[in-house]
Amino acid sequence: MGILIDKNTRVLVQGITGREGSLQTGQMIDFGTNIVGGVTPGKGGSFVHERPVFDSVNEALKETDANASVIFVPPQFATDSIFEAIDNGIELIVCITEGIPIHDMMRVWPYLKTSSARLLGPNCPGITTPSASKIGIMPNQIHKPGNIGVVSRSGTLTYEIVDMLSKNDIGQSTSVGIGGDPVNGTSFVDILELFEDDPETHGVVMVGEIGGTAEEESIEFIKQMSKPVISYIVGVFAPPGKTMGHAGAIISMGVGTALEKIQAFEKAGISVAKSPSDIVQLVKNSL
Amino acid sequence: MKLYEYAAKEIFSKYDIPIPGSSLVSDADGAEESARKMGEVVIKAQVLTGGRGKAGGIARASSPEDAKSNAKRILGMSIKGFPVKKVLIEEYREPIKEMYLGITIDRKKKCPVIMASPQGGIDIEEIAKNSPENITMVHIHPLTGIHEYQARMLANSLDRDKARELIDIIKKLYRVFIDNDCQLVEINPLARTKDGIIALDGKMVIDDNALFRQDFSEEETGSLEEAARKNGMSYVGLDGEIGCIVNGAGLAMATLDMIKQYGGTPANFMDVRAGANAQQVKTALEIVSSNKNVKAIIINIFGGLTKCDEVAKGIIEIFPEIKIPLVVRLSGTNELEGRAMLGKYGIHMASSTEEAAKGVVGLGHSN
Repeated sequence: MGILIDKNTRVLVQGITGREGSLQTGQMIDFGTNIVGGVTPGKGGSFVHERPVFDSVNEALKETDANASVIFVPPQFATDSIFEAIDNGIELIVCITEGIPIHDMMRVWPYLKTSSARLLGPNCPGITTPSASKIGIMPNQIHKPGNIGVVSRSGTLTYEIVDMLSKNDIGQSTSVGIGGDPVNGTSFVDILELFEDDPETHGVVMVGEIGGTAEEESIEFIKQMSKPVISYIVGVFAPPGKTMGHAGAIISMGVGTALEKIQAFEKAGISVAKSPSDIVQLVKNSL
Repeated sequence: MKLYEYAAKEIFSKYDIPIPGSSLVSDADGAEESARKMGEVVIKAQVLTGGRGKAGGIARASSPEDAKSNAKRILGMSIKGFPVKKVLIEEYREPIKEMYLGITIDRKKKCPVIMASPQGGIDIEEIAKNSPENITMVHIHPLTGIHEYQARMLANSLDRDKARELIDIIKKLYRVFIDNDCQLVEINPLARTKDGIIALDGKMVIDDNALFRQDFSEEETGSLEEAARKNGMSYVGLDGEIGCIVNGAGLAMATLDMIKQYGGTPANFMDVRAGANAQQVKTALEIVSSNKNVKAIIINIFGGLTKCDEVAKGIIEIFPEIKIPLVVRLSGTNELEGRAMLGKYGIHMASSTEEAAKGVVGLGHSN
């Protein structure tokens, strides 16, 4: 079963005619995702991977019954696409775009809160429920159905961990990337709550990194969870004041070091893995 | 992107936030000439780092000759590794009181926060640690902007007698913050003088993601960070001996942590970003190997958008020129093609981040 998406999720691709949008649409279709169409202003009436392209989300919804969207729009236009999806009642919006100005995301956040939409990302790899649906860009071949939920701020590190879990015969209920930006739509706690309520999920792997306090904010909730949570936090070596690739991965004003986070987790009695292979071991021990 | 004090103050001035009269000079004669027009001046090193005062990068001068000799001394300095190329010559203003005013982004609340303290002239981190009760913080709703009552509250916490002037400055600084896509804007100290309230220092950090719509040009420094950025990659120099090239920020941080666990020290962080092509991989190798401390290089790729055969192509193009041992890990999209291409060159291959990290530390030690 997993969380947020299933076989019935009907996905619209915003930015479907772009290089990445069209490539990833093909990959999602191969995975089994129900892609119902796409949107690119000015390209309405054309087709990508045999899926109809519309000029707007509004027009797409007249012809399709999409309830989720994935955004592959360049950063200067991406928040406009998010607003368009919110205004048209899309329930789940997954924003892959990296490089959106933080002031734009600050304006999206309070608007999002007045709607019932959920935004995953931006700057995230998306969400995958093996054997059901994938919205985003995670490689198709790494997943294996099972009972471990994965939630992470990273992209490729998530792939490495999911791949390693699968190769060790530990399947996943759902894998979620919440994104590497400082202002994002969905937090660790939001996803942990969903995993806690999902009968298919028996344990969770949570991958954090330097910057901000999103990891620490999840500690109180993890302590109340009935399911084991294995955490892994990267960036121990990171010098202060430098952005480590992700816009959100920066130790600023002394806040957000990996060591601080690791110590806070250990103090709360939450398992912290030392390496990807250690995650596998800790997951095996916890089940 | 950080702005120099003089650049931040130019922006303040456009928004009618009072600043002292000044001129920017790059030689001691210029300093002398400016001081002759201004009278008593302060000479301030223009560098993109804090702690100038403690390092001796700020001096007061009461005569043009004094200004000249101080400017000469400061222009020869290097502060925390930043050479001083320019100094700001500024009219001296006697502060009656030094305050702090800053605006940044509260990541937890996802909105701007204005911070004010009647105690200024020292780092906000220090005020927060020693006398947090002195800091007034007001969160601003991004969709409404700052309300009059919020500005009044902040102004009253700074200096009740000068509230009207301060309300005006606070509202203008909020405009500076919004219009320029700031991550941080700071006036420290914001001084009360006999002629009114004035910004004696200025600091601005602009969101790199917003530079496409802002008119700031970055000065060329010739650094490896800059070379990487121009090629769509992200590089941070560190002081170890293992060069690192990884796709994805999280995986890159994990790789560096693993190198440390196996007893090595990373020479750099490098994220080649998703979808890197052969040319970018080649450039990445050029950048990383140009650091003379590098004894071995790890290339760690988990291909999603990035294709392993493209990565292999980039490596092969430059491999013969690089005299540094390499460990390459290729997983994900087109991994078999990529590995097969590298097979004939005798490059050390690894199948996981941990194996690659262990391997590269071993090579580093034996090289």
